[in-house]
Amino acid sequence: MLTLTCPYCGVTVEETELYPGGEAHLKRFGPGSTDAEFESYMFARKNPKGVHFERWRHAYGCGKWFLAARDTVTWEVFGTYSAQTPEPPAALVATIKQKRPGWEGWK
Amino acid sequence: MSQRLAKGGRLIDRTKPLTFTFNSTRYTGFAGDTLASALLGTGKSLLGRSFKYHRPRGLVASGVEEPNVLVNLGEGDRLEPDQRATTTELFDGAVAASQNHWPSLAFDVGAINDYAYRMFPAGFYYKTFMVSTWAWHKIFEPIVRQAAGLGAAPRRADPDRYEQAYAYCDVLVAGGGVAGLMAALKAAKEGKRVILAEQTAHWGGRAPVDGGEIEGMAPEAWVKKTLEVLGAMDNVRLMTRTMVAGVHDHGYVIVYERVADHTPGDDRPRHRLWRVRAGVTKVATGAIERPLAFAGNDIPGVMLASAVRDYIVNWAVSPGEEIIVVTNNDDAYRTALAALKAGLKVIAVLDARPTANGPLAEAVKAKGVRVMPGHAVSKVRGKSKVVAVEICKQESAGEVVEVLGCDVVAMSGGWSPVVHLYSHAGGKVLWDEAAAMFRPDPARPPTGDKAQPIAEVVGAANGALTLTALCAEAGLAGGAEAEAPLAPVWVMPAKAKDKLKFKAFLDFQNDVKVSDVQLAAREGYASVEHTKRYTTLGMATDQGKLSNINGLAVLSEALGQPIPQTGTTTFRPPYTPISFGAITGEARGEIFQPLRKTPMHGWHETHGVHWEPVGLWRRPYTYPRAGEGHRDSVNREIVNTRTNVGLLDASTLGKIVVNGPDAGKFLDMMYTNMMSTLPVGKCRYGLMCSDNGFLIDDGVVVRLSEDTWLCHTTSGGADHIHAHMEDWLQCEWWDWKVYTANLTEEYAQIAVVGPKARMLLEKLGGMDVSKEALPFMTFKEGELGGFPVRIYRISFSGELSYEIAVPANMGLALWEKLNEAGAAFSAMPYGTEALHVMRAEKGFIMIGDETDGTVIPQDLGLGWAISKKKEDYLGKRAQARVHMTDPDRWTLVGLETLDGSVLPDGVYAVDEGVNENNQRKVQGRVTSTYYSPVLNKGIAMGLVKHGPSRMGEVLDFPADNGVVIKARICDPVFYDKAGEKADV
Repeated sequence: MLTLTCPYCGVTVEETELYPGGEAHLKRFGPGSTDAEFESYMFARKNPKGVHFERWRHAYGCGKWFLAARDTVTWEVFGTYSAQTPEPPAALVATIKQKRPGWEGWK
Repeated sequence: MSQRLAKGGRLIDRTKPLTFTFNSTRYTGFAGDTLASALLGTGKSLLGRSFKYHRPRGLVASGVEEPNVLVNLGEGDRLEPDQRATTTELFDGAVAASQNHWPSLAFDVGAINDYAYRMFPAGFYYKTFMVSTWAWHKIFEPIVRQAAGLGAAPRRADPDRYEQAYAYCDVLVAGGGVAGLMAALKAAKEGKRVILAEQTAHWGGRAPVDGGEIEGMAPEAWVKKTLEVLGAMDNVRLMTRTMVAGVHDHGYVIVYERVADHTPGDDRPRHRLWRVRAGVTKVATGAIERPLAFAGNDIPGVMLASAVRDYIVNWAVSPGEEIIVVTNNDDAYRTALAALKAGLKVIAVLDARPTANGPLAEAVKAKGVRVMPGHAVSKVRGKSKVVAVEICKQESAGEVVEVLGCDVVAMSGGWSPVVHLYSHAGGKVLWDEAAAMFRPDPARPPTGDKAQPIAEVVGAANGALTLTALCAEAGLAGGAEAEAPLAPVWVMPAKAKDKLKFKAFLDFQNDVKVSDVQLAAREGYASVEHTKRYTTLGMATDQGKLSNINGLAVLSEALGQPIPQTGTTTFRPPYTPISFGAITGEARGEIFQPLRKTPMHGWHETHGVHWEPVGLWRRPYTYPRAGEGHRDSVNREIVNTRTNVGLLDASTLGKIVVNGPDAGKFLDMMYTNMMSTLPVGKCRYGLMCSDNGFLIDDGVVVRLSEDTWLCHTTSGGADHIHAHMEDWLQCEWWDWKVYTANLTEEYAQIAVVGPKARMLLEKLGGMDVSKEALPFMTFKEGELGGFPVRIYRISFSGELSYEIAVPANMGLALWEKLNEAGAAFSAMPYGTEALHVMRAEKGFIMIGDETDGTVIPQDLGLGWAISKKKEDYLGKRAQARVHMTDPDRWTLVGLETLDGSVLPDGVYAVDEGVNENNQRKVQGRVTSTYYSPVLNKGIAMGLVKHGPSRMGEVLDFPADNGVVIKARICDPVFYDKAGEKADV
């Protein structure tokens, strides 16, 4: 069971306090988008073996959604940050690149 | 014959005799005994029957690895099957019975399987039962169900108490042997918070039995001194009878404490499940001795060498009088020495290695015991107990060179470190060629959130099998006799012929033999995980603690590859079985889950309510009166509501306030219809879809003010719809100025429904509730009968209806006042079933009945509630997909049976022809079906292919027992089609 630090409360919380929201930084495709665009938004997920960006809600705490970057194999958590951003913070990306030289990036 | 020795026994207290019964006979043991040692002390060696062949079985081990002696423990509602005798502490009055035999342990009819062993090879079940599904259902399954399983399942609820607890520590030490004590002491002295958990009732592990010296002391004295030091430290918690069951992500550790198994009836909880967050888990779980695979190695009297000396030293029980030791290593000689010291006869030591000259072997020889290097067991003679051993050369096919009589065979195939806890969260093991064992790879530990190791291994679990190695690892002075290297011997003799291998067991509990694993390899099972499932090796309740390594060594040899290439199967928690009671904890009965109560909950209870669970709520289903069945009372409530006036506790309805300058824009995205244009003071029915297009909730939206809307959701949907709104607000449109608040429990809500509803409200007085002042689909705030209320003119029944919201603390008072004042108008409370029938009579959909996650609003004839003007709303793009616009989608219609009966719920309408699976094609299904007391017939709604264009057509609905019910497609509005009754 994971522990993650809620960036709003600043506390380390147990997974049981959290609600999972799947992959982060998806771009929504609405009316006017092609079938391929909509399919990729609604259904295609990265499911990587390694660095993953994901959404979590501190459901039994402050109620805020936040994002986490972690390694799905080693369980290492690179960082958590506000959900109100279209892309991960540059400093976090730099940290991950340093720790995982072979990483292809978050996009 | 096994017996209690006259003296000795470091764990038993001879001044405290305990009585117990086994298979209805009374016996005596001592405090400190396990059920296993007590049974052995009474002279019993035949203690169970094996699972598949029903072979006679006795004790093999002395601890958690015991595969054979599982008993039914306890009686009546405290009966518990499959309890391991070696880990069951004896208590006064214990009642145990052997398992898996009929009619008796000594004479078991099932043992005929043993003679038919050639008929039950590896994969027997797959090969036989896959012949045809007919044969499986009609012939095999009934037989297998009769024969399967070990113990008897208890028939009544468990009367014992269980609990769960949380703990945090810097260091959790798993295992209270010498290595664990050393690790705990080191961490404690560094000031760390330490939990030391030992699965048995005793500290010190094997060292007090095996001997040696630690810091100038005998192990027992050192253990005692160390415990005193640890016990005096505030930062240390010592826990016995506590097994570390599993190590999980980020150092989350499940720990199982058997609080009161040994003191039944003392009012403490029986088991306690700890959820521990540990900085690091020190795995000090020791090692488990391996059996050797030779013919007859499962006959009662053949035991692990370490178990033989455990029984002698710990409990003063000798498993027999004449012992033959068979080994591939030096450690087993300690058993010979312990037996000699206890005055027992050691007939010979068969050592598979070409030479046996280590200090331990020499010590045994010095006592005059015959040591036979290069020799092995060809076959053990005996049926339900060992009689003699046929001896052969290890490097042979089993030609007998000598036969020696004995009643105990003490075997040792070396030791396997217990790496389970290291492996659970991803730690890797490596093969140690010299020691012929898998041990943890220190370079690849399980890691935590900062990439730090969350488990480290010490002592025998780390491959430090001798006290000398273990002390060196911990940096302490100490050790025991030097040991010569072992020889990696798995099967005995080396070139054993088939006849021997057919009776050479690897997995005792699941009856898997050397021949089975070799057959699996020949049949192409190259993966150890596949072989495990095909042969069932290691799949019994001991999870292969004795069999896994031997099994994969045999598999590797059969595949002609080195052992590390074969690899291990996955180690999964729990390390040993834990009780369902502990997993459940206190979450049972009334506190299984929280109960949500409306302010009127108590009133319903005192007025004869029959409850219906709705999420965590209880809602009144109906209020049956004396002599009334539920059917009758529901019908009475409906007729009364449609004739006079009914009162419904609607407090569970979700109430979410959405406020802010962008609230209208936000709701236009959340709902399929336009909410931003709703005038202040008005109500509008709205539909909510997921962005995948499917209908997820519905309810009436009210515009309270210029920038505030109140969204009613379904009772079950309040929390997740609020979460759904927050998700989109926080993660997609975080720059929109909107707040949401879930006010569901802030208000009580009462629906006053029926032709006399207005009269009732007028009697309470204080507000103008006329059609003119408060028209249909509007709301008004004011004071009603002295209560501050908000009244909505909305109707889910098709009748004149007022839904009245009051602050929750006034809900009961208003409810009582309405009931009291309503007496003059024959007002009655009604429940959810009446609500459901009345909404179905009106053709109103219900989320969860008409919807199931695959239904879009367009399927339900709700196109009118989907805005054509809006550029976007959640689900709009999805609903434009080809499959969603397919004219063949099943669409909502009403259904009425030709004979007026009620259609069964969920039945399908069949079509002509069959599909590719030879099943009748279907063209629709029933989604809601009720008896309407107003129309005096069955009514139903359903989804039917091209439904609305097929009015009047009759469909066939096959129901149970071959009955086909005919129903006609009709308008889903059965009652007041013109809608004249609500808007009055």
